[in-house]
Amino acid sequence: MLYSLIIGIALLLVGIFAMLTQKNLIKIILGFSIADTGVHIIIVSLGYLKDKTAPIIDSAVQASEAASKVVDPIPSALVLTAIVIGLAVTAVMLSFVVEMYRKNKSLNINDYQELKW
Amino acid sequence: MIKNVLVVLALLGLLVMFLPIVNNFQERSELSELATDYVNGSIKDLNSPNVVTSVIVTYRGLDTLGEVTVLFLATLAVGFLLKKKALKTEKKEATENLKTTSTFLAALVMVLGIYIFSHGHLTPGGGFQGGVIIASGFLLLILADINLKINHTIIQLVESFSGVFYVIIGAVGLVLTIGFLNSRIIPLGEFGNLFSAGSIPIIYSLIGLKVGAELTNIIDTMEGE
Repeated sequence: MLYSLIIGIALLLVGIFAMLTQKNLIKIILGFSIADTGVHIIIVSLGYLKDKTAPIIDSAVQASEAASKVVDPIPSALVLTAIVIGLAVTAVMLSFVVEMYRKNKSLNINDYQELKW
Repeated sequence: MIKNVLVVLALLGLLVMFLPIVNNFQERSELSELATDYVNGSIKDLNSPNVVTSVIVTYRGLDTLGEVTVLFLATLAVGFLLKKKALKTEKKEATENLKTTSTFLAALVMVLGIYIFSHGHLTPGGGFQGGVIIASGFLLLILADINLKINHTIIQLVESFSGVFYVIIGAVGLVLTIGFLNSRIIPLGEFGNLFSAGSIPIIYSLIGLKVGAELTNIIDTMEGE
């Protein structure tokens, strides 16, 4: 699917743009989530096969001719993994932000200069 | 100013890197050799109608074990960073209607979650999705009743036991010399039945319980903030 590929790349670029330009820590995390979603859409659209159906054998897909009727199952499995990892990473980032806000009472990234060079 | 120029340059560079993918994109009409093997193997060797499930649980089982470990570590990190404080209970109690309805709905949501992870090898769904649905049931309870206490001992027990049993089931495959996390350690059963596909439903149910417990723990820890 060419269109979903383009949408995925656009989402990835929007997310990276948000991460590079926003000053608010929460908005940076939102940018990360958007970029993450873009990557998922890119991977899934690379695994799509024209006019094929989901890789689940039921009354619509006979077991004998399954290999010629289904889309690639591997990108779906990879994306399922990536979604869960993305969720976990986002939760950890948000708790870091909570802790940083508690210490310095600021969500602006310009107030955190310790790692700047 | 110079910063904005650099940002635009970086994005343009990324765009140039992605252009070849879009330009050379051809819609494939056939599965790759590996994918064909997975689809046929899932039907013939593993008896599992859902090919994605057999890729996740059996063919790429070690990846899933690593993924569950990452989720566990993330839960640990969240719990370490946000030590739960005593909640200020200034907020008004929820009304009787809200409490009763949310309890009723949460039970239904959790049953749906259990259905989804136990049928992971037959229908779209599986342990991760079912676990997230169970956690959303707990989220409903927490949102409706601000003073709700979730028993952490039970959550920790469920999580530890499902993690340990997952590894034990994987190791049984090693003992029987079939391979780590191979699902053919118990009889495969009849194609399309709930109790079929070897150990896939058992492993996926354990993953579902583990993910549900971990996400409930994350939600509960974040509630105090």
